[in-house]
Amino acid sequence: MSGEQIKVAYWPGCVSRGFTPELHGSMGLVAEKLGWELVELDRANCCGAGVIAEHNQELADTLNARTFALAQQTGLSMMNICSTCQGAQSECQQRLDADSAYRAHINEALSGQGLSYEKGEEGGWTNKNFLWLLVEDYGLDRLREQVVRPLSGLRVGPFYGCYIVRPKERLGYNHHPDRDIYLEKVIEALGGQVVEYDGARKCCGFPVITMARETSLRQAGTHVGDAIDAGADCLVTPCPLCHLNLDMQQPEAAKVVNRDLGLAVLHLPQLVGLALGAEPAELGMGKHIASTRWVEERLTAGAAA
Amino acid sequence: MAEYTIKVRRFQPESGEGPYWEEFNVDLEPSLSVLDGLLQAKDNEDGSLAVRCSCRAAICGSCGMKINGQSGLGCKTQIGEAQEQANKMKAATGATAATADSPIGVQAPEQSAGVNAAESGATATAGAEPIVIEPMGNMPVIKDLITDMESTHWTKIRRVTPWLLPHGEPPEREYVVEPESMIDITQSMACIQCGACVSSCLSMEADPGFIGPAALAKAYRFVGDPRDAETHERLHDLADDPHGIYDCTHCFSCIDACPKGVAPMDQIMRLRRKAGEEGIEDPNSGHDHEIAFVKIIEKKGTLDESLLLQESFAPGFKGKLKPSKRAIREMLGSIPTAIRGIKTGKMRSLHKLIPGVHPKLPDQDDVKAIYAHAEEHHEEFNLYIKGEEGELAEDDVEKGIERSTAPAGQEADK
Repeated sequence: MSGEQIKVAYWPGCVSRGFTPELHGSMGLVAEKLGWELVELDRANCCGAGVIAEHNQELADTLNARTFALAQQTGLSMMNICSTCQGAQSECQQRLDADSAYRAHINEALSGQGLSYEKGEEGGWTNKNFLWLLVEDYGLDRLREQVVRPLSGLRVGPFYGCYIVRPKERLGYNHHPDRDIYLEKVIEALGGQVVEYDGARKCCGFPVITMARETSLRQAGTHVGDAIDAGADCLVTPCPLCHLNLDMQQPEAAKVVNRDLGLAVLHLPQLVGLALGAEPAELGMGKHIASTRWVEERLTAGAAA
Repeated sequence: MAEYTIKVRRFQPESGEGPYWEEFNVDLEPSLSVLDGLLQAKDNEDGSLAVRCSCRAAICGSCGMKINGQSGLGCKTQIGEAQEQANKMKAATGATAATADSPIGVQAPEQSAGVNAAESGATATAGAEPIVIEPMGNMPVIKDLITDMESTHWTKIRRVTPWLLPHGEPPEREYVVEPESMIDITQSMACIQCGACVSSCLSMEADPGFIGPAALAKAYRFVGDPRDAETHERLHDLADDPHGIYDCTHCFSCIDACPKGVAPMDQIMRLRRKAGEEGIEDPNSGHDHEIAFVKIIEKKGTLDESLLLQESFAPGFKGKLKPSKRAIREMLGSIPTAIRGIKTGKMRSLHKLIPGVHPKLPDQDDVKAIYAHAEEHHEEFNLYIKGEEGELAEDDVEKGIERSTAPAGQEADK
């Protein structure tokens, strides 16, 4: 694959344009630096985040079939920048792909809009998170060549988000078994140091923040605390919903776990952007709740050394 | 045959010492199980190594354990695959890892392992990482890999009234039901009570009171049973409980842990759906959150986050006219977060701060048409039951090829 130009239909999701606008912004900047062409799906709808599927499975399947069909209309594969979009959409795609009669039934609801979702051949049309596309289609070697500011000395804890690591069978791990170690690979390719800690593949707690606040914040606070104890300078995540609980709610989570926290949480495009030479301000890092100043200091120190 | 090093988290209560790690070297075919490896270590090196097991064929559900951190059955995990997983994770984090402390804060594994490996005089396979084996999580450990299933798993199972509560007097002979009406619950009936899902549950890690995946899957087994007369009461009970169906954090851990494809989380989502269909209002805002989300997408196409917060806690006109104590507490509690968001600029815009100002999609009518179609049909497609199209036929072909190409004699082994 490597060597090819990357051009994809881009679904930014809701939260990246809502409470984490710095994610959508930094993705645009990084795409420019990498030479990727993003065709934004600005008419596409919310993936339902698992909540709509919980209410009415057919509704979630049809809403996402619409997004897939809009992407297919561009003739391009699709990219998302949210673990939750990846998981919720993969779940619907799995059902749509499993049965032609069911697919036809769903497409019937789209026919009035001149849309239809077609099952791709093996290796054909795909919907991949930025993380997967970066490693599988762009390639780590090419990424390494683009690094102008290696993240030397920066100790980064990966935080995946449940929806992009489980269930393995649905998320294509049979074809891509290393998808649960891609963040580590990217951190390494950017010149950073991987921090191993207990929470990397656990749940941030966000899905129950309105229903079981204490359970939710205990999860976020525990993982941030564990990463601090393991020596992390920051976390990196491909999921804006995880970012909401780990960063935006961090001061509240600190109260629940009854300890000081204060750990920067970067969106994946921000971490990549830093290594590609973008400035923290351009990447919207000032918008975070947990200060990113320490990360900037580490990078300056690393560059001086 | 291949050599493997298994690193077992041991605990001997009679010794008065805390848990510790011990490595054993075993020699077996990669296609044999992790349980086979443990039994070999028990036979050859230390008869006191405690592990529960019986059928060795993923039927009895006795040998639940964590293998490289993943909950499952020892007898259903091939040792060769466990080795590959251990190598992969070490390669990912080991090369540049800043710290690699064991997740359990006990005696440093490297130290004890070194001593034991030296004492036993065995050498580990060159370049291979030890396969880490621990007792199941979220339950007390009795000894080595044996956990106390009673205090957590069975107590929680009993919590959901795991028996049929039928209408009126029992019939003279057996209950007669349409076979089709039972298909829906066959998935939850496949449970073998091994506890692997409980071990993997990330909600229970944060809230030990959570009823949990095994018990809630069992609850669905009766909620979905046409003979049961207490469907509404069961759902009401599970929705009301702060540790019930709305305490599940939707992390999919139980789906990957379950050796029988029960997908407990999917059953919990079915319980939520049924509770919604029954119109059950709960004090945890579970139902209100679901309805608020669904309505916002119908109206706007993408998520209006501040409206979702408002409508989850104080839904509709009634919710605002007479907000509950919880709604007031939650809304007041979210003010500091909002202020922080305004300060940094992440929420500095009217449509993020004022519920309802969020713009709708240009072709929102298309989204509304989808709602109309889906509300009419409400189809539920369960892959566990329906399977993938053409899957059976392909399997049959493959089996046919295997049979025809297998050398004589191998057939008898199968």
